[in-house]
Amino acid sequence: MGETSINFAKASSAALQDQQLRGNFRRAMDGLMSKRAVQFADTAEWNGVRTLGASVRLRALSKLPELLEKLEANCTKNGIQVHWASTTDEANAIVLSIMQRVNAKLVVKGKSMVSEEMHLNAFLEKHGIESLESDLGEYIVQLDEAMPSHIIMPAIHMNTKQIAHLFKQKIKEAEYTEDVAQLTDLARRVLRKKFATADVGISGVNMAVAETGTLCLVENEGNGRMSTTVPPVHIAVMGLEKVVEKLEDVPPVISLLTRSATAQPITTYVNMISSPRKEGEKDGPNEIHLVILDNGRSGIYADEELRNTLRCIRCGACMNHCPVYTKVGGHAYQAPYPGPIGSILMPQVEGLEKRGELPHACTMCNACVEICPVKIPIVEIMGRLRSEAVHPGDAVRGAGSHASKAEAMVWKGWSMTYASPLAYQFATALLAKLGNAAPASLPLLKEWTNVRAKPRFANRTLHALAREKGIPDV
Amino acid sequence: MSESRNAILGKLRAGRDAHPLTPPESDFAVLRNKRWDGAERLERIKRMMEAVHTEFLETTEADWPADVQAFLKAQGTRNLLFGPATEAGARLSTEWAASGMAGGPELIPYADRVETFKERLFDGIDAGITTTLGAIADTGSLIVWPTPEEPRLMSLVPHMHLALLRADALYDTFWQAMTENRWADGMPTNALLISGPSKTADIEQTLAYGVHGPKRLVVVIVR
Repeated sequence: MGETSINFAKASSAALQDQQLRGNFRRAMDGLMSKRAVQFADTAEWNGVRTLGASVRLRALSKLPELLEKLEANCTKNGIQVHWASTTDEANAIVLSIMQRVNAKLVVKGKSMVSEEMHLNAFLEKHGIESLESDLGEYIVQLDEAMPSHIIMPAIHMNTKQIAHLFKQKIKEAEYTEDVAQLTDLARRVLRKKFATADVGISGVNMAVAETGTLCLVENEGNGRMSTTVPPVHIAVMGLEKVVEKLEDVPPVISLLTRSATAQPITTYVNMISSPRKEGEKDGPNEIHLVILDNGRSGIYADEELRNTLRCIRCGACMNHCPVYTKVGGHAYQAPYPGPIGSILMPQVEGLEKRGELPHACTMCNACVEICPVKIPIVEIMGRLRSEAVHPGDAVRGAGSHASKAEAMVWKGWSMTYASPLAYQFATALLAKLGNAAPASLPLLKEWTNVRAKPRFANRTLHALAREKGIPDV
Repeated sequence: MSESRNAILGKLRAGRDAHPLTPPESDFAVLRNKRWDGAERLERIKRMMEAVHTEFLETTEADWPADVQAFLKAQGTRNLLFGPATEAGARLSTEWAASGMAGGPELIPYADRVETFKERLFDGIDAGITTTLGAIADTGSLIVWPTPEEPRLMSLVPHMHLALLRADALYDTFWQAMTENRWADGMPTNALLISGPSKTADIEQTLAYGVHGPKRLVVVIVR
């Protein structure tokens, strides 16, 4: 592993010791799973809308360059200024140049995963601009100077008591209370002042419609509408895969998104923005900028199999259903996107040198694949990335960076043993006799045995038992 | 910047052309087949929206301005933001003036650019009233298209949002509403679906209403 490698194993074993954290996640994920199941109780409807949603995403990917051009043309026609960024640095620079032109001091942000990918808050702070998260969960995480631990519910790792202490400590006018309504109301009062005075609003984009040049945002709180309506300038940042072809493609995707994410038939607000304030209109931003970010996505797109990663609509259901995520929580991944989708996306975006461990944060149980509303073959991609990590190649950045001679030798030995009946018989007979004598502390074996009992070898092989029953060897 | 544009699009095109993708047909039948009878639609809308704390006020074409006034007076609402240039707004101002405003809420017109009264909008307004283009049975959602006469912030900033819903303007699904009315031919500056008062579950998944947007949503059903 390279020096820049993120140590998931270490972080997850620390997380596993934290009973509070494990309790918080277990409770939350159990609730989300059962509520989601109620939303999709009608199997025929689920199959129909899921197949439709997957087809919408695949159709968009099949025409991705053309649709992005069409989106650009229609947005431009509507008065939305479109910018393109190959890297997060470039995207940050674009955002900053807009801010500097309008002399912005305060920015309010709606929830945006792409802005997390850009580390936009830290970047703006460095340039003397206050960047305030306004989604309640994101606000909590920002006050706590932490990272979101879930793409939909950023503060899911904390319980009410922890948040109550945080508010008391960080908000001047706060009185200590564990009443959720009062905590929420406090955030409302603090943030309303900011909405009214912010120079710029930043948002993400759930979907951008090429046909009409429309940006769609879903949310429950109203902070997204505030951020995109009150400040004189609105900047929307989106990953380039977020485009859909037609306006009529929006309803099925939204239906899948809100039900999969938070088990709601729809969010409180569906906000569709097609232009800045027009002549005669009394509110809304005077300028809208759309920043389309690549950050490795065009590379992912080039590979026929890996391309499926870009179908994702960021509902987070794969996290909620993942036995690994549920145990270790989001922070162990040390990535903007945790859980199964993060485990396949992060290595492709940031390279396998740094993120090669993540495809192993998976038991291959397939739960995520079964509930993915757009049918991403997550587990297949996970397997592919494991293989890419140890075989030099050019499909993924850092391919081969985790290759190890010892591992290669083990596999070679395994395949030789299984290819030769004689070698196989010899090896199994040997293990039956001596396997139990091998100490649990052997290297490699230790990885398994330090948290588990060492498996016991039967003293006779299956072949021997079968022969005894009169079943002949082939 | 256009350098990045061309690089990105070039790379995407090369990637796609090397491995073209044939998507399956999009079959919208699952949405097309979602249907409810006339009466069922409104019942479903009420049931779904009430489940997320929306309130309903039943009234008629003749009585709604007076009923809204009486309702707000009973709630102790101090003022109501309205669009004076709409037909509904004209009725509100004439009928409230005729009936006498004593003890009732004051009507505040959203008649000028927001910059001229931002502070008051955020600090001094209790309620706002807007029209709607109808509602959706599938999800229990109001369709709201803000206009110059009924600006975007009217349904967002005041603590209470009252929405006039004609009982005959109901759709089965969002998809039906947008395809039948050919939204794709011309989208407005902002189109909204509103399905309840503002809410959050970001603190330990405990539902709380009124986080940034309206704390209360009152749908005024006009028959």
